[in-house]
Amino acid sequence: MNTTPLLSVRGLTKHFPIRTGVLQRVTGAVKAVDHVSFDVARGETLALVGESGCGKTTTGRALLRLVEPTSGTVQFDGVDVLALKGESLRRMRRHMQIVFQDPYGSLNPRMTVGAAIREGLVVHKLAEGAEADRRVAQLLDEVGLRADHAARYPHEFSGGQRQRIGIARALAVEPAFIVCDEPVSALDVSVQAQVVNLLRDLQRARGLSYLFIAHDLAVVAHMADRVAVMYLGRIVELAPRAALFATPRMPYTKALLSAVPVPEPGAARARILLPGDPPSPVNPPSGCVFHPRCPHPLKDAACTRLVPPLEEKAPGHFVACIKEPPTSVPTP
Amino acid sequence: MTPPRDSHTLLDVQSLQVTFPGAAGMVRAVDGVSFTVAGGETVCLVGESGCGKSLTSLSLLRLVPPPGRIESGGHILFEGRDLLSLDEAALRSVRGRQMAMIFQEPSTALNPVLTVGDQIAEVVRVHTKCSRRDAWQQAVDMLAQVGIADAPARAKQYPHELSGGMKQRVMIAMALVLTPRLVIADEPTTALDVTIQAQILELLRELRARTDMALLLITHDLGVVAEMASRVLVMYAGRVVEEAPVAALFASPHMPYTEGLLRAMPRIDSAQVSDPDALPDRLVTIPGTVPAPDALPSGCTFRDRCAYAWDRCAREEPVLYQVGPAHRARCHLVQEPERRTPHAASTASREVAA
Amino acid sequence: MLKRVAVPPGLWLMLSLVLVAVAAPWFAPYDPNATLDIIALKNQAPSLDHPFGTDPYSRDVLSRVLHGARVSLGFAFATVILALGAGTLYGSAMAFASPFMGTVLRRLLDVAFSVPRLLVLLAVAGVAGPLDVRLLVVLMAGTGWFATARLVHDEITALRTREFVLAARASGVPATRLVVRHLLPHLGPLLMTAASFSMAGTIMLEAGLSYLGLGIQPPTASWGNIIRDGAGLIQTHWWLTVFPVLATVIPIMTCNAAGDALRDRFAPPQFAGSAIPSPSNPPRGRIPSLFRQ
Repeated sequence: MNTTPLLSVRGLTKHFPIRTGVLQRVTGAVKAVDHVSFDVARGETLALVGESGCGKTTTGRALLRLVEPTSGTVQFDGVDVLALKGESLRRMRRHMQIVFQDPYGSLNPRMTVGAAIREGLVVHKLAEGAEADRRVAQLLDEVGLRADHAARYPHEFSGGQRQRIGIARALAVEPAFIVCDEPVSALDVSVQAQVVNLLRDLQRARGLSYLFIAHDLAVVAHMADRVAVMYLGRIVELAPRAALFATPRMPYTKALLSAVPVPEPGAARARILLPGDPPSPVNPPSGCVFHPRCPHPLKDAACTRLVPPLEEKAPGHFVACIKEPPTSVPTP
Repeated sequence: MTPPRDSHTLLDVQSLQVTFPGAAGMVRAVDGVSFTVAGGETVCLVGESGCGKSLTSLSLLRLVPPPGRIESGGHILFEGRDLLSLDEAALRSVRGRQMAMIFQEPSTALNPVLTVGDQIAEVVRVHTKCSRRDAWQQAVDMLAQVGIADAPARAKQYPHELSGGMKQRVMIAMALVLTPRLVIADEPTTALDVTIQAQILELLRELRARTDMALLLITHDLGVVAEMASRVLVMYAGRVVEEAPVAALFASPHMPYTEGLLRAMPRIDSAQVSDPDALPDRLVTIPGTVPAPDALPSGCTFRDRCAYAWDRCAREEPVLYQVGPAHRARCHLVQEPERRTPHAASTASREVAA
Repeated sequence: MLKRVAVPPGLWLMLSLVLVAVAAPWFAPYDPNATLDIIALKNQAPSLDHPFGTDPYSRDVLSRVLHGARVSLGFAFATVILALGAGTLYGSAMAFASPFMGTVLRRLLDVAFSVPRLLVLLAVAGVAGPLDVRLLVVLMAGTGWFATARLVHDEITALRTREFVLAARASGVPATRLVVRHLLPHLGPLLMTAASFSMAGTIMLEAGLSYLGLGIQPPTASWGNIIRDGAGLIQTHWWLTVFPVLATVIPIMTCNAAGDALRDRFAPPQFAGSAIPSPSNPPRGRIPSLFRQ
């Protein structure tokens, strides 16, 4: 079995400079993504979860170079993506696609749906004319729409349908890897379920790998093989799905899981309430970025000085906390 | 949930109808909705987008945006007085003082050119004969009560200087400063992160316990409903389709739509999530989409998507049948429970795209 | 894009104005410059022979107004085309330039904005004397492209950050195709709207300049100088002023109304599903207009 990961990210960093004053001098930086590293295997779904401002969307876009990373390496199928330029970068786009969160903004309102899906085929010279039309019809069918929908405009569809069109568009160029940037966050519960099922079916049928970006842990629980939790630009925990939900190690992950409302009235909740608000990524706290709000019983001065590395504390389970001991047996 | 201390009926909505001009005549966005809220109770109005829950809440304060209008024939009785027949002055004395609203988007609901302290103080001054200094003091006190640290300094800040969670707290402070009897919260935590949502829900529970106010909470998140509600109303296509105490609703939903919603919701506490060898369950979906308000099917509006529908559902519109004490469902299955067997043939063999 | 051809009344009005202007020589009963019977027909009130009356030079006012339409509307049209073209080029350059060049161009544009257009026109025309019509067009276009440049720049910048442009980039769409197939179709309607408003403004400016004697020179009839001819006699010979003024005002109003309607017609379409207002779907205003259905 081929065990080299399809995608390998090391030290990915993106700082947005802040310019102030008449001369627009750089006075600081928003450290949106700070030394993020992970792998995605073939056919796997890695979920990237976190709250707003944690940098997950920027990470997804930086991978695809829709936003230029400040530093780091991204290896896709052995190719260094960040070193590509011009035409070779454009050709690489075929293999790494993206589905956006906003089903209303991600489609050009003045282009028919069929034209939007076709564009990838035409631009990468995969098909044209009648053959391209046939493929568009096939894709529409695969995502649960009808071939005659191709002549319609985006505004004639509902949110869930537009999201399916976005997925069809991403699939048109037959990628190996798709970044799903909060694809179901803007949808109603019943529609969300349909789209999640669709994504899973497509993954199995085509052997796709996903980087599934979300803030909703419940959806992640139904999609992911492994989960990475981000906070203020850093990955603070990375584990297989079952391990993350059953035995979260990072205090932030525990708080996040306990905050999710469960549809069971009267369920006993041991809720961990984090004090205050997340700090701004312009001025992240020193040392461990989570320390001001961390409820860990062993928190001390070392937490304010040392940036905790993401270390393997249990097989396959990485945690960025200097107070969490490595264990082979999960602690309750 | 503890039973409400004061069980007299505070709000009595009867046959509320809100219409909008559509392409082919008037469309009923809210179609004959009736419910009550007792003092100290928390009632949740649940539904997906387009079901009319937001409009229902806006109607209570007569804030329906034109060209929509509330049709005559309905009544909104608040402490015995019909809000729909009050004149502007009387209505203004109710709004803010006895009934207050918390909106979904704190960024757009707060005035960007006034400090947050001023905005809360304004509410006080409009309704009571209070000096500026007293009103300011009340505003600062309220900010402290909603959990904002360093309230005197924060009160002087502008909305854009605050985070989403803080802005929502400010909105809550504005709503609660005059201790209204009823607070209407329209998706108050939807725009917030989950950890902040947990804080805000905790805050609402605390305040409700302390002030004994009634809370009408509008949401699409069944998890929030389970946490906060004592009674639940499920809305679909402008109507109430099920009404029950919260435990009964989750334990034995009678309307197939409610059943469908509960099954379609992904959960983190299901057994297979934590099982390393199990693949997550496929989510069970409700086929089809919500019908457009001007193209509702005859009979039961849910029948095209219902696994149990039979010919009666197309002929006859169901009313709210009694299922148990305080539990009603708008479904013929209540009268003919033997028909509750899903038939695979009538629904499409493959999921119809939503 | 225009699937339905249900034409609002205002558009008919506009089309007829254009038709009249183009076909003036066939419509006009008399030669606009012909002095027809110097004594008998001097300053005659409106009659069946002369529906708009005659002027101090015994010329038929109706014919003059019709020919004036040609001149004034034609002038405005030429000016607008030139100004829009220049503005689009400059705005695009500003949007696609490097950050530094972009800032430089932007500041230059800001300086240009601070120049009072009317004063400049008056100054130049006043000092240089009556100008050749073509020079006048260039001068007016040269002072009228600033707003378009900013409009185009803002629109391109806004579009570039829209998700569908990002999606196109992610699909590997090359830059030229991106501009042509994704950005330009949005600019088209925008420019049409800008053109309508610009026409209205230019007609007004030219009329004003000609009225002051600094614009189109007689004997070529332009609405502005027709009004000038009759200005002194307004109390006794009202027709010399009223008809040319109406002739000027109606196209201005029509152009403004057209601009409004175009802007609404080509706004991004309303979403499917719910036409019912909600916090995420605010209701749109309803302003009556010549161009509404």
